[in-house]
Amino acid sequence: MAFELPSLPYALDALEPYISAETMHHHHEYQHRNYLLRLNTINAGSPYASESLESLIMSATGERLACAVEAWNHSFFWHCLSPWSNGYSVDALGRAINERWGSIDAFKDAFEQSALALFSSGWTWLVKMQDGSLAIINTTASDTPLKQGLIPLLALDMWEHAYYLDYQGNRYKYIQAFWPLVNWEFAAQNLTS
Amino acid sequence: MAFELPALPFAYDALEPHFDAETMELHHTKHHNTYVNNANGALEKLPEELRQLSAEELVQKLDSVPEAQRTVLRNNAGGHVNHSMFWQLLTPNGSGEPSGEVKSAIEQKFGSFDTFKEEFANAAKGRFGSGWAWLVVKNGELQITSTANQDSPLMSSEFGGANATPILGLDVWEHAYYLKYRNVRPDYISAFWNVVNWEEVEKRYQAAK
Repeated sequence: MAFELPSLPYALDALEPYISAETMHHHHEYQHRNYLLRLNTINAGSPYASESLESLIMSATGERLACAVEAWNHSFFWHCLSPWSNGYSVDALGRAINERWGSIDAFKDAFEQSALALFSSGWTWLVKMQDGSLAIINTTASDTPLKQGLIPLLALDMWEHAYYLDYQGNRYKYIQAFWPLVNWEFAAQNLTS
Repeated sequence: MAFELPALPFAYDALEPHFDAETMELHHTKHHNTYVNNANGALEKLPEELRQLSAEELVQKLDSVPEAQRTVLRNNAGGHVNHSMFWQLLTPNGSGEPSGEVKSAIEQKFGSFDTFKEEFANAAKGRFGSGWAWLVVKNGELQITSTANQDSPLMSSEFGGANATPILGLDVWEHAYYLKYRNVRPDYISAFWNVVNWEEVEKRYQAAK
């Protein structure tokens, strides 16, 4: 079963002015697709050909693992963003964030610090730990919260391709642009489902 | 002895159309400069004898660096060493192919210059995420290798290096090519061959062999 590129849940220009249509076009149409094409090529005719991304993440190694991780991360990431973001509300997720960080602003600060501390290609995540508590973690190539047995709630792509056309090396501005786009409803669903 | 951002040996637009001026300027004034500043911040906290070392010497002695500064220096002194060398390895007046002893050594090791280019390009394409592709000299022999992030081949294997001397390197971080080549890293790698300073590679080969 060859993997297919999932559609974006919004138009390419829907996240402007925070993330440009050009960035989204290259990110989705080329970067994301390329991970899937590479997987399809290396999986063809192998015992891995019928496995899901989730299964590959748990069992594969090398390039197969790296591509499966990035493909899964991107599918997840598109849903973390929304042009119809209805803002942060103190639902179950809000209460859990307040319990862990004290306030949404303190959470955002901690998330930003974590993202800025990533030195190279990687991702910053809000996750639910096995004991049910929330945490912020970074992952780099070939790693993702699923692999660690954690439940991802929210992700931010910190690879340079995610922001370089719009913000060049200014990662702080990119992270600031992320907040108005966060799909809190999706993050809350991930917490409770 | 604080590290300093070296001037480029050519103008920002000198490598056009292969490497564009905007990328070169951002790469030098923002990315390389940040590595220099971050490395200097950590350097101040090192014992005196380590502060006297050149960046190249320091990255070969990361095991002597106190743990609190080790990762910062691995990344940032590494970034400073790699970029300082990279600028020297580029030229607007490239001959397009090696000459001198390094030419014979490449032909002897890889069969032909074209085979070498192909193997080097494969190392550059195969590096997942951020990193570098390298031609190094180890125990007098040429080798192609790649490193992740800002690890240098000068570093020991414990720190992602190869205990080897780099004589040619290509930055495959996305910041090196995304503005001009987007996701098409192979086109950036092809463009690189037009701007390689083979005289500098020969000089470094002579010193390292």
